[in-house]
Amino acid sequence: MTGSEVVMRLLERHGVEVVFGHPGGAIMPIYDALYDSPIRHVLVRHEQAGAHMADAYYRASGKVGVCFATSGPGATNLVTGLATAMLDSSAVVAITGNVPSGLIGTDAFQEADVYGITGPITKHNFLVKDVRELPRVLTEAFHIATTGRPGPVLVDITKDVQQATFEGSLEAEVDLPGYKPTLVGHAGQVKRAAEAVRAAERPLMIVGGGAQCAADEVVAFAERTGIPVTTTLMGIGAFPAGSEQALGMPGMHGTVTANRAISHCDLILAAGMRFDDRVTGKISRFAPNATVVHIDIDPAEISKLVRAHVPVVGDLRDVLPRLGAELGRLDVGPWREQLAAWKARYPERYETGETLASQEVLELLRQASGGDCIVTTEVGQHQMFAARLFPTSRPRSFVTSGGLGTMGFGLPAAIGAAMARPGETVVCVAGDGSVQMNVQELATLYKLQLPVVIAILNNGMLGMVRQWQELFHAQRYSEVYLADSNPDFAKLAEAYGIEGHNVFDRADAEARIAEAFAAKKPVLLNFFVYEAEKVFPMVPAGAGVDEMILGDQEAPEAPREPVVSA
Amino acid sequence: MSRHVLSVTVRDQPGVLVRIAGLFARRGFNIESLSVAQSEVPGQSRTTFVVSGDDPTIEQVEKQLNKLIDVISVVDHTHAAAVDRELMLIKVRVRSPEERVEIRQIAQDFRARIVDVSRSALIFELTGDEGKVDAFIEQMRPFGITELIRTGRVALSRTAASTNRASHPTQAPAVARAS
Ligand SMILES: Cc1ncc(C[n+]2csc(CCOP(=O)(O)OP(=O)(O)O)c2C)c(N)n1
Ligand SMILES: [Mg+2]
Repeated sequence: MTGSEVVMRLLERHGVEVVFGHPGGAIMPIYDALYDSPIRHVLVRHEQAGAHMADAYYRASGKVGVCFATSGPGATNLVTGLATAMLDSSAVVAITGNVPSGLIGTDAFQEADVYGITGPITKHNFLVKDVRELPRVLTEAFHIATTGRPGPVLVDITKDVQQATFEGSLEAEVDLPGYKPTLVGHAGQVKRAAEAVRAAERPLMIVGGGAQCAADEVVAFAERTGIPVTTTLMGIGAFPAGSEQALGMPGMHGTVTANRAISHCDLILAAGMRFDDRVTGKISRFAPNATVVHIDIDPAEISKLVRAHVPVVGDLRDVLPRLGAELGRLDVGPWREQLAAWKARYPERYETGETLASQEVLELLRQASGGDCIVTTEVGQHQMFAARLFPTSRPRSFVTSGGLGTMGFGLPAAIGAAMARPGETVVCVAGDGSVQMNVQELATLYKLQLPVVIAILNNGMLGMVRQWQELFHAQRYSEVYLADSNPDFAKLAEAYGIEGHNVFDRADAEARIAEAFAAKKPVLLNFFVYEAEKVFPMVPAGAGVDEMILGDQEAPEAPREPVVSA
Repeated sequence: MSRHVLSVTVRDQPGVLVRIAGLFARRGFNIESLSVAQSEVPGQSRTTFVVSGDDPTIEQVEKQLNKLIDVISVVDHTHAAAVDRELMLIKVRVRSPEERVEIRQIAQDFRARIVDVSRSALIFELTGDEGKVDAFIEQMRPFGITELIRTGRVALSRTAASTNRASHPTQAPAVARAS
């Protein structure tokens, strides 16, 4: 058996069904072995997209995503995808070919120090220069990627190892004395957490991306205790957005209710979230009156940014049921009434007119989906609007680049998610800027004929940057205008063999959306939306969550009222 | 801000030091000294870091080090009984026979060993804790130090057990520190 065959057999043993990749010289032996393998391969048009697909495949299914790339430029193209997966804790195994081990370090053709480059943006990485190491390394790679706090792992394999003859067993023991994730929460800490929650009058649960694998436990806990819940961008779907207890998203573009809840609460129960600055705003103004109970599987996240009064290291699937068992229904009636009043006073508000509004399109999409689809997004205003107006109610169904904020993620992510959940419709909410960063994947999508609706909210702008320039740079609109040189996206889709439509008004939007959902194949809808829309409320960078700019979210009948902390 | 001496046991893997150094650089942690050598367990090395920072920073340093897969254990010697030593080689200029006598006398008081003698210089080897090494340097300065090299501190805890045992952050330390 060759090293390449070892790679394919081990992928098969780990239950890998599909690989996203792109071949090249240094990985050709593996592609040769792939030729005989039952594993499906999706030929991407850019390796970055392959990494995003593998990432989204994991996020949508909980099954590790795998991507392949060749040495040098192929591997460096993976970098953005790996960093994206790293910051959002996504289990990806990336396999790259490298030049033969004798040429390593000689600046050989298509040689790059991929091991060195990807160290800081992976959970772990390996360079394999001896074929005998392959079974152990690959077994460890899958183990590390999928256990504890998930993350990307890269395995760089020199070409001679791929070609070498392997004799021996494919069984390998994981030998990682330094890697023992803590899964079971400490009993004393769970008790202390329960005491703190019980003592609170205004508790608030903040649910993050770590809860995507523990949605049942989150729901059971919230229903049992009656605690109000806010879901971060990464936590969307881990608790149903439609629940009466749900306050929406906190943070920079969070809802008024969620941000006020943070300012006024006396306890935060943080579950699988890491107090990203987009969530906390200025730390010193974040939840000034709250006792912080922080449950996370990664001890390094605890007290990194916000001091935890009660830390609990463990898997939410273990800790939440045990914490719930210690608690009954909490006495939070008055607090819930206060929150309900804010929710009623600050509903999602936007203006409509001749020109389509982004928010309006998203509401039409949500209605058409019947709450039953996967949403992926690009990065920008449309992403924030989608988080607010098109949140999914099921876990693993809102796939977005939160930590790295990677433009170009959404379209490949839609393909990865559609591969992970066959038969389900995926809506890719895209911006006219972002979608062009991996637009070549329309070819991949055409080939696969997946039920993906690409909804471009085309404002002719790098809208999010424009918003900041309007608000914080004296309306000096520097390099954000796209409309004069955007392609005709409908025609572009058609050039790739994909049905595409330009949509200008509400009636047409409704009809096209209905058709697109019914089509069960790729459709691109290019919605021309109002160009100067802003995402409000907004917490300016560096300000506290109690210093929201309400903008058009201010209830028109209400007098302007500063948001004050308790 | 205080200084902490950390013993970090790592697997001998290519690039493990780069990972650690990269982590310190990326997260803005301050290394004052670093020494690395093989430990008594084949395949494992023990590194000693002197890092400075406030308590939350040091807590993050330890947690982030523990997150590295190749790091087997991290022990902070600051609050525990430990011995730490440093080795220095120092070349001192000698201008006259009288000076030579004087320098040798001081060296004797410090138990510094002469490892090389020439007409115009002496090289001493000195082992001790950081304070002793610093003091010897001060004593030699007036004579003229041509060059010196220090290994950085190495440390071992006084407890009977080895610090090599795979101890990953369990609940206990995190809890103790935060409450
Ligand atoms: C790769 C990358 N480059 C730059 C940015 C900075 N950035 C954030 S949002 C944004 C504008 C995105 O424009 P578009 O996709 O049209 O979305 P809109 O805000 O208009 O909805 C930019 C440039 C980024 N997030 N990612
Ligand atoms: Mg745009």
